[in-house]
Amino acid sequence: MKGKEILHRLVQMMLTLLGVTFLTFALTYIAPGDPVEMLLEVGDVIIPREVIEETRKQLGLDQPFHIQYIRWLGGVLTGDMGMSYSARVPVAQKLMEALPGTLLLAGSSLFMMIIVSLPLGIISALNRNTLIDNGIRFLTFIGISMPTFWVGLMLLYIFGLQLGWFPIAGGEVEFKRMVLPAVTLAISMAAKYTRQVRTAVLEELNQDYVMGAKARGIPMSRILWHHIMPNACLPLITLLGLTIGWLLGGSAVIEMVFGWPGLGKLAVRSIEMRDYPLVMGFVLWIASFYMIINFIIDCSYHYLDPRIRKGTR
Amino acid sequence: MKMNDKTTFRIFTGLVILIIAAAVLAPIITSYDPYTTNMREALMEPGGSHIFGTDKLGRDCFARILYGARVSLSMTMLIVFLMTAIGTAVGIVAGYCGGKVDMVLMRFSDLMLAFPGIVLAIAIAGIMGGSAINTILALTVVGWTKYARLARSLTLKIRDRDFVAAAVTNGTRPFQILYRHILPNIILTIIVTAAMDIGTMIMEIAGLSFLGFGAQPPTPEWGLMLNEGRQVIQTAPWVMIYPGLAILAVVAIFNTWGDCLRDIMDPKSHE
Repeated sequence: MKGKEILHRLVQMMLTLLGVTFLTFALTYIAPGDPVEMLLEVGDVIIPREVIEETRKQLGLDQPFHIQYIRWLGGVLTGDMGMSYSARVPVAQKLMEALPGTLLLAGSSLFMMIIVSLPLGIISALNRNTLIDNGIRFLTFIGISMPTFWVGLMLLYIFGLQLGWFPIAGGEVEFKRMVLPAVTLAISMAAKYTRQVRTAVLEELNQDYVMGAKARGIPMSRILWHHIMPNACLPLITLLGLTIGWLLGGSAVIEMVFGWPGLGKLAVRSIEMRDYPLVMGFVLWIASFYMIINFIIDCSYHYLDPRIRKGTR
Repeated sequence: MKMNDKTTFRIFTGLVILIIAAAVLAPIITSYDPYTTNMREALMEPGGSHIFGTDKLGRDCFARILYGARVSLSMTMLIVFLMTAIGTAVGIVAGYCGGKVDMVLMRFSDLMLAFPGIVLAIAIAGIMGGSAINTILALTVVGWTKYARLARSLTLKIRDRDFVAAAVTNGTRPFQILYRHILPNIILTIIVTAAMDIGTMIMEIAGLSFLGFGAQPPTPEWGLMLNEGRQVIQTAPWVMIYPGLAILAVVAIFNTWGDCLRDIMDPKSHE
């Protein structure tokens, strides 16, 4: 990718981030419920008005909308995302604490998904309309129709409660607790991705060059790995980016099901507690992360596809 | 193959009608009320008069699933309708007019694409406060740009055709052109896309209410029921098993129906 293009993309990403944060900030502003009251509320104690106003001032919540937003933005640009209302620690610290959990979970489920769906999708495509293909397609069809969190609950019930193989309630980040949530996410993603692998491989299988290669007596395994897969991997990488986007949202729900200490659980909790700086920080992180992933994917095209690299397309 | 497609489509249309009928006729199918609590019958195992058992407040799970279909289906229909209506209207105008309108729309829809949809929906629904209306709002806000893009690209394809030019020459007002000439030509593709989105929407609605950001108790909503079932998973797994199976069945049927619809409408896209 040329320097100019990269610059263009970066500017676009900045603008998008600005848009996303503005949208979220506006939402927190017009949302019902007062974060100050949420913060001070302990049991049924009635808080004096002065204390509420004082806290509001301290948090800068008495300022008009645009001042609040610009202040927040200024903070972000200087590396300060503000203080969490509920925990009274910097937002960045809170997010950093939860990051390893989510990265581990997302990474391992993505890994599992790939090692399951690539072979399944390829087998399915190569044995098109046979018993194997129909079996795999049926499985993926069921997988697509199941809500992820229900898959999680079922796994929790079967392997956690009935068989007792895995601990049921979360707590710390540890391998044994991670298995079920990671498998849950992997199942849901693999169901979709296997179908996409199958479609991508089938598309290439129908090309004339495959027929030509077959006619020249090239073994199928060689055609698959040297001709079909390099071509099929481009759409698959794009779809992988979309899958990661889904994963960011899906893991929030799954972290809640399993009580896994990650970003998603933190975000849901902070939304419930109206801890807006934390919500904003989460949105900013997720948006940046997702855009960086997509940026890397776009860049990878230039290495994987000679047509783009040489500018012939 | 052609014949086969049509037969499958008929079967699944029948099943879709069956689901809708079950939702509409819920009071006739079951004599239990989904809201009436009965602590003496709390957490009863499936069997006897409660074929799906009861939840922790003694409400009949089968009745709640049936009435839940009403909630889920009506919310889904509303979201899909709003998304397609708003998206199509904006997309057609942007595609036909081009220029600044088009640019603003495309930038906005880029913004939506640059952000994982579910995360944004969770943020919107969560911050606005959990309710059925906010769920509908959140999912519509996140989803409409997809239809705007689709309608725009379809409009661009036919904008320069002769029949449009003829209409312009005849002095047809722009609104009439969009409504009578462009829309009828693209509506089919949009309806097919919408049909294929129904299953996804049912699941996303359930996901939001599972998190507590959707319909609130005591509404019989599938995601909410799964959340309640999660709390009693050790003693009464049926409370979470059956609503999940209901979602699975309904989503599977709608997905297949959508696929069949696409295959019939557009045989070219079929493999």
